[in-house]
Amino acid sequence: MGNIEMGFDLHMDLVQLLSPSGEISKAASKSAKDIERLVRFYRAMTRTRIFDNKAISLQRTGQLGTFASALGQEAIGVGAAAAMEERDVLVPSYRDHAAQFYRGMAMSECLLYWGGDERGSDFKNARGDFPNCVPVATQAPQAVGAAYALMARKEDRVVVTFIGDGGTSNGAFYEALNMAGVWKTPVVFIINNNGWAISTPRELESAAETLAQKGVAAGVEGRQVDGNDVIAVHEVVRRAIDKARSGGGPTLIEALTYRLGDHTTADDASRYRDPEVVRAQWTREPISRLRAYLVSEGAWSKEQEAELHKECAEEVDREVAAYLNASPLNCDAMFEHLYAKLPDTLQWQREEARRFAQRSANGNGNGHG
Amino acid sequence: MAEITLVEAVNLALARAMSEDKDVLLLGEDIGVNGGVFRATNGLQARFGRERVIDTPLAEGGIAGVAVGMAAMGLKPVAEIQFSGFIYPAIDQIINHASRMRNRTRGRLACPMVLRSPCGAGIHAPEHHSESPEAMFAHMPGLRVVAPSSPARAYGLLLASVRDPDPVIFLEPTRLYRLFRQEVEDDGVELPLDACFILREGADATVVTWGAMVPETLAAAEKLEEEGVMIEVIDVATLKPLDVETILRSVEKTGRCVIVHEAPRTAGFGAEVAAEIAERALYSLLAPIKRVTGYDVVVPLAKLEKQYIPSVDRIIDGVRQVMEAS
Ligand SMILES: Cc1ncc(C[n+]2csc(CCOP(=O)(O)OP(=O)(O)O)c2C)c(N)n1
Ligand SMILES: [Mg+2]
Repeated sequence: MGNIEMGFDLHMDLVQLLSPSGEISKAASKSAKDIERLVRFYRAMTRTRIFDNKAISLQRTGQLGTFASALGQEAIGVGAAAAMEERDVLVPSYRDHAAQFYRGMAMSECLLYWGGDERGSDFKNARGDFPNCVPVATQAPQAVGAAYALMARKEDRVVVTFIGDGGTSNGAFYEALNMAGVWKTPVVFIINNNGWAISTPRELESAAETLAQKGVAAGVEGRQVDGNDVIAVHEVVRRAIDKARSGGGPTLIEALTYRLGDHTTADDASRYRDPEVVRAQWTREPISRLRAYLVSEGAWSKEQEAELHKECAEEVDREVAAYLNASPLNCDAMFEHLYAKLPDTLQWQREEARRFAQRSANGNGNGHG
Repeated sequence: MAEITLVEAVNLALARAMSEDKDVLLLGEDIGVNGGVFRATNGLQARFGRERVIDTPLAEGGIAGVAVGMAAMGLKPVAEIQFSGFIYPAIDQIINHASRMRNRTRGRLACPMVLRSPCGAGIHAPEHHSESPEAMFAHMPGLRVVAPSSPARAYGLLLASVRDPDPVIFLEPTRLYRLFRQEVEDDGVELPLDACFILREGADATVVTWGAMVPETLAAAEKLEEEGVMIEVIDVATLKPLDVETILRSVEKTGRCVIVHEAPRTAGFGAEVAAEIAERALYSLLAPIKRVTGYDVVVPLAKLEKQYIPSVDRIIDGVRQVMEAS
């Protein structure tokens, strides 16, 4: 058991406050056990999981593009987002909708994005948050820059950024960490270590014993937390955020979890990993763990569970409808927001796109396509 | 002889190259057990071992740099960049080192490597998975840039690329990976890396294209034939070095030229083709050269990608314009 009061801990003992079977650690503070908050976490994780199920079935039925589910990793997004203030800035990767939903992103926005519609990145809430980042690790230096800006402008805001275990192999990640260390920017790096980068297992990504260690060489405090334990994630991230907010600089948090699903709907994980190993990991997943604790505290009932599922299913249905009924995109969208003002020299290209879109809509174009 | 897809032809050529030369090895993300996200390297790790088919950490700059080092020391690495949208960190190594190792060392060291990458839009992929970066590479001295458009050309051109003593950027159009099958004989015969291919002869106009736009262009040619317009379709195949002569000879014959590419228009490789024709065959032209290209916009996400990619309709329209001009 790690002592989360410790400062710069080179051993980086794994912080866990809730065991896989739902027993709370003696090290958990009173506030960490705040039942109302834990119920909120539970609801948020469940909501994300129900959404993921639906998104996958939408993809399977041709109503959504490739989708990256967060199955089994809900605690990281929820625990971290809950530790942030609304004014803080999230710089996500592409698998962080658990955090994004917590921060107010609409499910329909997430669906638009994966459905191939740029409007999905124009968030109604958390408008300072960065959009999803697909080029792995490129978000990390941006997070440092964003944090630098907040520091330079003396704003009381911090940046939280996510990256995968695979992403920490990338030069951009090391560069970001290094700069954050030098400039003491108010940024919290969270590694979502789900054991896999598509088919590449963690041990082929790095010979380092832990990924949290990667902070050491950059002079950045590293922490390792059980990423399936939402209580511990929240505690560790909250402390890192407090530190950043009070001028203490960056923290690197490695959250250990497991990718229970395929990498994305375009992937077939049975090609490269043993389903038995995956099945075993289900005993560690975050939602049933927290439920066991809440139930043991008398804070959660079967009725509440059923009610929650019903609520979530209704919300998901509403959001799916909003996504499917979104106004159709027309070709002008390609030219909108390309620049603050479309240069005059590009107007004719937009005209040409319109002309051919019209012809194809009228069915009197030349040939197909 | 088997009928195979373009991606299977890539696999066949890689297997052939590896079995005939022990110095050939593959590296990239998810290319081993998983066989690559498009299965281009399917089965190769099982066949040739983990030392010759390397699942790398997620680091494109590193993959390219490692390949440069391997190549300088006598191996023949074929590196895969999973999607060309992630090729940009590799460009430092390609431009600053791969392309000029021979030149800088006056021939003492060289860089016989291939950088393969899927490219192009049209498969409903997520963000940053639909780029067409060929012009950037074609701009750089010391590189060869190849874009296959059929299983047979993928096989022959990839074999030639692996055997070539200099660095080759090999851009595989994802849209064509499984679009059609073709008989490809695994005979180890390579295709030339300095020649365009005339896919269809015609006297009225020359249409120059490459990679993913070849099928649309051929479809346009068939439609145009119905109305009596015969176009000559040239698949550039190797953008650099460019076989200008074949293009010029065709344009001198037809007097008209349309250039079709998926990448954005401005400073696209079509501009280079047009400039060569303007410099060397201007007086043969009966009409201004016409480009039919992607728009100068960020390649859109799936919902609009069809409106971005030059359509058969737009190609036909472009050909009609050069036909009507004179
Ligand atoms: C720079 C870059 N290279 C390759 C890819 C293709 N790709 C998408 S996700 C992924 C694996 C990422 O693994 P990890 O960082 O562990 O995140 P996870 O998907 O497991 O959450 C790869 C190789 C990419 N998106 N960006
Ligand atoms: Mg991972």
